[in-house]
Amino acid sequence: MIKKICRNIYLILIFVFLYAPIVTLVVLSFNKSKTRAKWGGFTLKWYGSLFTNEAIMGALMNTLLIALVASVVSTLIGTIACISIMNLNKKMRSVVMGVTNIPMLNAEIVTGISLMLLFISFNFKFGLGTILLSHITFCIPYVILSVMPRMQQLNPYAYEAALDLGAGPVYGFFKVILPEIMPGIASGFLMAFTMSLDDFIITHFTKGAGVDTLSTKIYTEVKKGIKPEMYALSTIIFVTVLILLLLVNYKPLEKRQKTDKEVKEAVKVGG
Amino acid sequence: MKKNHVIVMLLAVMVLALTSCKGGSAKNGEVVVYNWGEYIDPETITMFENETGIKVVYDEFETNETMYPKVEAGATVYDVICPSDYTIQKMIDNDLLQEINFDNIPNAKNIGAQYYEKSTEFDPGNKYSIPYCWGTVGILYNKTMVDEPIDSWTVLWDPKYKDNILMQDSVRDAFMVALKTKGYSMNTTDLDELTEAKNYLMEQKPLVQAYVIDQVRDKMIGDEAAIGVIYSGEAIYTQRENENLEYVIPKEGTNVWIDSWVIPKNARNVENAEKFIDFMCREDIALLNFEYITYSTPNDAARDLIEDEDIRNSKIAFPDLSQYQNLETYKYLGQEGDELYNELWKEVKSD
Repeated sequence: MIKKICRNIYLILIFVFLYAPIVTLVVLSFNKSKTRAKWGGFTLKWYGSLFTNEAIMGALMNTLLIALVASVVSTLIGTIACISIMNLNKKMRSVVMGVTNIPMLNAEIVTGISLMLLFISFNFKFGLGTILLSHITFCIPYVILSVMPRMQQLNPYAYEAALDLGAGPVYGFFKVILPEIMPGIASGFLMAFTMSLDDFIITHFTKGAGVDTLSTKIYTEVKKGIKPEMYALSTIIFVTVLILLLLVNYKPLEKRQKTDKEVKEAVKVGG
Repeated sequence: MKKNHVIVMLLAVMVLALTSCKGGSAKNGEVVVYNWGEYIDPETITMFENETGIKVVYDEFETNETMYPKVEAGATVYDVICPSDYTIQKMIDNDLLQEINFDNIPNAKNIGAQYYEKSTEFDPGNKYSIPYCWGTVGILYNKTMVDEPIDSWTVLWDPKYKDNILMQDSVRDAFMVALKTKGYSMNTTDLDELTEAKNYLMEQKPLVQAYVIDQVRDKMIGDEAAIGVIYSGEAIYTQRENENLEYVIPKEGTNVWIDSWVIPKNARNVENAEKFIDFMCREDIALLNFEYITYSTPNDAARDLIEDEDIRNSKIAFPDLSQYQNLETYKYLGQEGDELYNELWKEVKSD
């Protein structure tokens, strides 16, 4: 009994730690007063002014566009890289894996500054394009990291069997290998998407004048205090993600229960 | 087939990168402005674009320290920048700025003489910069939470207010307070003076509730502390939210900071940059910006236009500089000086 109570208290504590900051933010987004120290009454005006604020909306569009394109491209490049890494001999494979891991361990500020210097020396015009290129660059290692383990679990004979049975290499890849590594690709894509979404330092160094993402936009507001519109936007993003997560997690649960049942029935029949 | 997809995607990225290269299509060219975040009324930018037909590419930074390397590296070429005093000096020293042709900026005369005079401390001869915003650093206190009238930095060392004091969490501001209290210059690089200031700050540390930057504002409004070190620009705003708050410039002197417009040496649209600065110096525009930012404007003509008499004659927003002694602006101390300050500050914080 006591054990159960303790367990529940512990669980509640963890939830409080995780969600107290977000709840604070959500509450503040409905605060009529501009300062966090005073409750000026309930209002929805920040949500209204959010959508008429061109600077914030522009930053939001940039952020989503960059995250989407960067994660799609880096997923493609990363997956293809994995396929070729698998075909290397063992020694070369560990060397290449090491090289691709370095950018992840590297401090972000180093990556940011070196990308900036690279773009300068190639005389690139700084803008959306340079942000996109750098986001693709730093997302690729994460994709490789999540696709590679799937790749190593593959049974190499399955693909060879497909070839023996008359499939061409491309057909064999799409029919045998791709479905097997799909979960890895999906999680790599999501990881790249979130990494790109909340990156600040690299974006700061590679962005051009007049192009802002949400993180750089929020950061520039530090001197004068963050605007309540940002609380409203963060609340909307949080709720969207929450709903998405609920949807995604609800479905497999149903399916799992179903398959459990099927297995049981199969066992019964077999027994 | 797969390969083709990749090539198509790569091409798409290239095209995207290229299309973002196209310059402004406005008929009179563009001007690339680099300013502090939330440091301008967005309305004035639209007005400028409509009146002159020049497209404004507007970019924002959060501290001098993040702005400087970007300008120095030349990743983006800016036409107008708005750095603070000591950074302007650093930029002059490193040959990053060009002299401003005041003939092309007739509205520069709206800026009060005392601000130009103060600017000579970092820009000798007023060649490179035109003041945009300014202010002082002082003490914000809650009248209901202190017993005596406050006019000195020493109150920050009064054990009576243990855990009720908010200090600025930045090297120069923290040392400024200690050095001024001891009667030294806040730009000193003398090791003995600095060590004394460091020990003084360590002595203060047990009394301090928190070292913060922009939270001073919200904490003071919420009655969470009695005394805080704050920029004068925030003082008017906090008083509006909590009428028990009072701002004072300590008698030992303090920091007068000035953020000014400058034109970098590599600017591509110097003519447009001059037009932009001139526009920002126009009294009605400066007034709009003052009302939006609430930081003191050095624009005397704009100050005369302020309708609210309390604010126009406010001792907080527009103190008469000649009445105070030992007012200084920050100077760039060179790399060695910066390192010395940072080293000593680290000792204070980690003690």
